[in-house]
Amino acid sequence: MALDLTSFWLAISNGELMANTLVKGTLTGLVYGLMALGLSVIFGVVRVVNFAHGEMMVVGMYGAWLLAVHAGLDPLLAMPVMAALLFAGGYLLQRGLINRFVTRPEHVQFLLLVAVAMILANTALMLFGPDARTVQVDYAFDSILVGPLILDLIRIYAAGFAILLTLLLFAFFRFTLTGKAIRAAADNLLGAQVIGLDHQRLYALTFGIGAAAVGAGGCLMLLLIDATPMIASDFTILGFIIVILGGLGSLMGALVGGILIGVSEALAGTLIEPSMKSMVSFGLLILVLLIRPQGLFGRRG
Amino acid sequence: MIAARAMGGALLLAGLAAPWLASEYVLSVLIVSLWFAYVGQAWNIMMGFAGQLSLGHAMYVGLGAYAAAGLFVFTGIGPWLGAPLAVIVAVIAGAGIGWLGFRFQVKGVYFALLTIAFAEFTRILFDHITVLGGSGGLFLPVGQRSGVDLINLRGGPVMFYYVIFVMTVAITALSWALLRTRLGYQWQAIREDAEAAEAVGVPVFRTKLLAVMLSAGLTALGGVFFAFYYNTLFPEQIFAKSRSIEMILAPIIGGMGTVLGPLVGALLLTPLGELTMAVIAGLGVTNAGVRQVVFGVLLILVLWFLPQGVWPWLTQRWAKGRRQ
Repeated sequence: MALDLTSFWLAISNGELMANTLVKGTLTGLVYGLMALGLSVIFGVVRVVNFAHGEMMVVGMYGAWLLAVHAGLDPLLAMPVMAALLFAGGYLLQRGLINRFVTRPEHVQFLLLVAVAMILANTALMLFGPDARTVQVDYAFDSILVGPLILDLIRIYAAGFAILLTLLLFAFFRFTLTGKAIRAAADNLLGAQVIGLDHQRLYALTFGIGAAAVGAGGCLMLLLIDATPMIASDFTILGFIIVILGGLGSLMGALVGGILIGVSEALAGTLIEPSMKSMVSFGLLILVLLIRPQGLFGRRG
Repeated sequence: MIAARAMGGALLLAGLAAPWLASEYVLSVLIVSLWFAYVGQAWNIMMGFAGQLSLGHAMYVGLGAYAAAGLFVFTGIGPWLGAPLAVIVAVIAGAGIGWLGFRFQVKGVYFALLTIAFAEFTRILFDHITVLGGSGGLFLPVGQRSGVDLINLRGGPVMFYYVIFVMTVAITALSWALLRTRLGYQWQAIREDAEAAEAVGVPVFRTKLLAVMLSAGLTALGGVFFAFYYNTLFPEQIFAKSRSIEMILAPIIGGMGTVLGPLVGALLLTPLGELTMAVIAGLGVTNAGVRQVVFGVLLILVLWFLPQGVWPWLTQRWAKGRRQ
């Protein structure tokens, strides 16, 4: 664990390097945020901890990869397709399976989703093998210069779409009738039932929306990293770290948590050692769980 | 009760006779089954008895394995000292995590996440401990397969079989005894309702901490066995999240909180996994991942239809059958 102090100080005193690291981390973090958003939405409404979240993202990644290889579709264009497919999958999963477990103890629901995660990740392993799958887009190596900053076009696209989709989700929950109904069911389930809302349908819709968000996030993620079955559980944990950092159930918190993790990973990669970057995330998770379990933006439950 | 005794007796006899009856392959499957039964029992003390969900038990396996293996590789001192060292290391780690978690009131799923976070943190840490081989792995000098050296735990499959057999019988007896002690009842009270337990004077904090420490220490012994049986340790594998999950399948499917549940679960799951792999390999398809898919489906089915687990369901059925 040789921590080279000289190179550490060289890096930290290099303003250009630091600025580029911060920007890169922020852009990646926005995609992380979108990925984690679905986890937060599902927990906030259905009160189920989706332990298969990273696995759902990997399904989105492989879907986008298949569409790119067999139909020549850009992952950005694959996004609506994968979002729709994962919406359907999430809806059915909630309706057909998770719904039967709502009255069961918390840990049973958690283990149920562990089982779903095992099935998803290992089905991907059976179908695609352990090899890394990647797509080549023509803008892969383009970048734009803004002063001393070098911005990869691919990261800007990914982050831009992440922001766009997040805004869409915000608008959905804020302005549409269904969105308001879902929030009502989350705030006061009994009240929602009294005024005649079909909470089972709303739960299924919410799970679908959460799955769609992470599916779209997977398409964006495919632009940044390779798809392998092994990253699935890592991203589940990363999702937890992000939403717990931001506060489970808070949309804003998920986005800010995503940026925080993106930046801290990028900083750790530049300043310490790339292979140790997730240690920083786990360290952050432990700290937040102990000191502020409701997260930065969450309300105390 | 009679069913449990008959089952226990039959298992004990079959277990003792197994090396004479089984081929080397079947013996290796039995060793793995018993290993999962052993660590399942250790996990069961914390979750099944005291109701504290840990999804990071691979950490204690890894710590135990590295403690004993490191001692053996660098000083040549065998598990007779390595095992106590492994237990001490794991108990300290467990006490640390438990103390932090319970002191700061990290509950339920959050506590489970805390255990995952510590396990993952430790995995990456060991990837960077160059003295212990880092991510390149730590290798134990392999001894004579024909000789039997119990002090240094060097020998052939039959020796390893009997070691893990004795360990599993011992931990099962310990579980049985623990459930009948004051501590066992206090654990169960906390599992059912921590606030009510507190109200009637159970020292909740200390009692939960004891469950974590005991579970961690016993799991570390499983790690010591793992290290000396496989002779190779990689942080990537031994601390893996997937191992933490695989370790808890047997007790959940067999029956959490029961004495024979983890044993029944492990003896069911490991051979089933082997069988699936053999069938799939026979079909000429790649078999990576198949076992886990089968386990995942089985886990869903058990959670859905047999929420108590397979063993309690079986005993209930037998009891019903006897009454009719």
